[in-house]
Amino acid sequence: MRIALFVTCLTDTMFPEAAKATVRLLERLGHEVVFPEGQTCCGQMHVNTGYLDDALPLVRRHVRTFDPYDVVVAPSGSCVGSVRHQHAMVARRAGDERLASRAEAVSERTYELSELLTDVLGIEDVGAYYPHRVTYHPTCHSLRMLRVGDRPLRLLRRVRGLTLVELPAAEQCCGFGGTFAVKNADTSTAMLADKMRHVLSTGADVCTAGDVSCLMHIGGGLSRLRTGVRTVHLAEILASTEAP
Amino acid sequence: MTSTFLGMPTTAPRGVGHLRGDQPFPAAARRSLADPQLRRNLRHATTTIRAKSAAVIAEALDWQQLRDAGAAIKADVMTRLPELLEQLEAAVTRAGGTVHWAADAVEANRIVTELVAATGSDRVIKVKSMATQEIGLNEALEAAGVTPVETDLAELIVQLGDDRPSHILVPAIHRNRAEIREIFLRAMPDVDPALTDDPAALAAAARRYLRQTFLHTPVAVSGANFAVAETGTLAVVESEGNGRMCLTLPDTLITVMGIEKVVPTWQDLEVFLQLLPRASTGERMNPYTSMWTGVTPGDGPQAFHLVLLDNGRSAVLADEVGRQALHCIRCSACLNVCPVYERTGGHAYGSVYPGPIGAILSPQLTGIEDNASLPYASTLCGACFDACPVKINIPELLVHLRAAHVTAQAETYRRVHRDAAAAYTMDHPALYAAAQRAARLTRLAAAAVAACPRRCPAGPSAATCRNRPHRPSANGGQNGEPTRTSARPPPRRHRSHSNHTGRAATGLPTGRRPPRPRRAGVPSHRLSGHRAPMLRRRGGEGG
Repeated sequence: MRIALFVTCLTDTMFPEAAKATVRLLERLGHEVVFPEGQTCCGQMHVNTGYLDDALPLVRRHVRTFDPYDVVVAPSGSCVGSVRHQHAMVARRAGDERLASRAEAVSERTYELSELLTDVLGIEDVGAYYPHRVTYHPTCHSLRMLRVGDRPLRLLRRVRGLTLVELPAAEQCCGFGGTFAVKNADTSTAMLADKMRHVLSTGADVCTAGDVSCLMHIGGGLSRLRTGVRTVHLAEILASTEAP
Repeated sequence: MTSTFLGMPTTAPRGVGHLRGDQPFPAAARRSLADPQLRRNLRHATTTIRAKSAAVIAEALDWQQLRDAGAAIKADVMTRLPELLEQLEAAVTRAGGTVHWAADAVEANRIVTELVAATGSDRVIKVKSMATQEIGLNEALEAAGVTPVETDLAELIVQLGDDRPSHILVPAIHRNRAEIREIFLRAMPDVDPALTDDPAALAAAARRYLRQTFLHTPVAVSGANFAVAETGTLAVVESEGNGRMCLTLPDTLITVMGIEKVVPTWQDLEVFLQLLPRASTGERMNPYTSMWTGVTPGDGPQAFHLVLLDNGRSAVLADEVGRQALHCIRCSACLNVCPVYERTGGHAYGSVYPGPIGAILSPQLTGIEDNASLPYASTLCGACFDACPVKINIPELLVHLRAAHVTAQAETYRRVHRDAAAAYTMDHPALYAAAQRAARLTRLAAAAVAACPRRCPAGPSAATCRNRPHRPSANGGQNGEPTRTSARPPPRRHRSHSNHTGRAATGLPTGRRPPRPRRAGVPSHRLSGHRAPMLRRRGGEGG
């Protein structure tokens, strides 16, 4: 299958490892991954901060960039959530009905990584090997905007060598929330403290999730506490194999 | 028939009531976060209610249909609110009650104060009510020489403690048993000095105090959970029976009700009386549901006044996205599941309406700029939307109100700000690539600093390197740098970046239809960062 990678601005800029792992994984599974040029940001941070008018050119750009592809994948529940739930709204608000329907069409072909693997490619065992004790944080937008449910867990359970430990109060937000972490830093940190407490209680050496944004937040805290717990994107785990 | 244009509806007036805090949310939250007892009380209480509510909701097999029905009834109400209110007025009047229309808090306070003065009583007993808290009725009554006595146990605790409610349903959620005992010992008349913190003993003390008040006060003030337009019936839903004492014992009953509380028919109550207890207190059925229609000779209050309160609600109704906030049945489910509320408690929101619902209701009632920080007091995690029994899309409204704030700001200031610049950058690939390179440099710097902890133990550089232990507690949040904690990635990779610009090395095919010819200086794609060989299309060789 020919799959277009929607890399997402945060992954591309700060955590390209997750994007590379996505490509490596899909190619290992026998698919062709292409990288549409001209893609930048889906506009979520503008929308969520209230700059909906400023997000309009970004929505237009995203739709124009990904319109030619049948299947689009992103290693981020949040950005796919934005494409699915915000793009048409931004276009309609600006009175551009044509853009809105094009955006809806693109969003129907856009998948978060675990959705693509389980729903579109129909695969749960990706042949990965990752000998670590891992706990999974279901990010809010994966959980409640996309309803990915247990898809990531189903994928993780089939990874050889991996011990999956359940994260207590997993469904509670880590406190990132984009600019929330900046505008309400104290509250954000209080939420992070509880999330870290739960991660540490599992005894896991790796905390994984489907969004680098939440992992950046959790991982930042864990590293500053010198906990020895790493954060690793789901794609990186699924891309790992016995013989590299 | 002629019509007169009365102008656009106005928002709740300043200087009266409790819809505005004296600090923006982040500052007020800081104060709450620094109180460990408060944090503990909130965590315990919200966790308990959440579990209880989830258990009884799981039993209701038609929960989702009930939610749909609740949302549909409320949406219908909003489309014909004026008509339903007039129908209600006619029905209440027919049943022997008197209806008063209050455009705002000032008018409502004046109406109630005059009605109480007309009875000659210098004391009123109160049923727990959000509307009267919203308009600051207690202060207005006190200013007129009337003593209001709250009879809901939690409201009584708040009143005796000279405090403010911090939760819609459990106003004293921020207090634990030990603190309640101290408040009673300090402020309750004739309390037993040997009072313990046993819940039964605390309830008994409140009961002894309140019983005397019930029997000797001729006027009661209540709010209302619902009003049925077709019958003129008012409904109050409570757990203690103290509300029913107020609604039945006095000679005069004055009910202050927000205009959005009306439902069309008696049968509509069926839906809400199933939704409300399960979503709010986690009960299958509400313990005390009191309903009354006007005045019944020889039974209950012989004078009944209904004050219909607007106080900004018409302005909310005028916003076709924002009006969803008027669907709220004040169950507090959104507060109990909100990770922000669980950490900060209700006082941080400034308004009597805290939590997610407060974050969308208060700014609309007051006008966005008077509560501009509230729509940002959320991570948009969506837990509130899932929990809402009438399916108010709170995250959507939060974003809508953030946009309203930005628009309001733009009308005042010139629009030169960072986000516009970022949008511009992201619409121009060359600029975007440059910005990305700059962002990577900050990450490299962080990694480099983190790699040399011993070499920069003190001095000016110690402030910028993150080697000191970061405490994620509330205290740490005050003088630490949580912003940077979250904005900067952990220095978990440390490697050579010699291939930083080696974009041609990747071999990844570009899109089928590249939207534009490549401009000079624009990387073929930006995945080409420091580990480009990993991206070679045919596996094996790079990994």
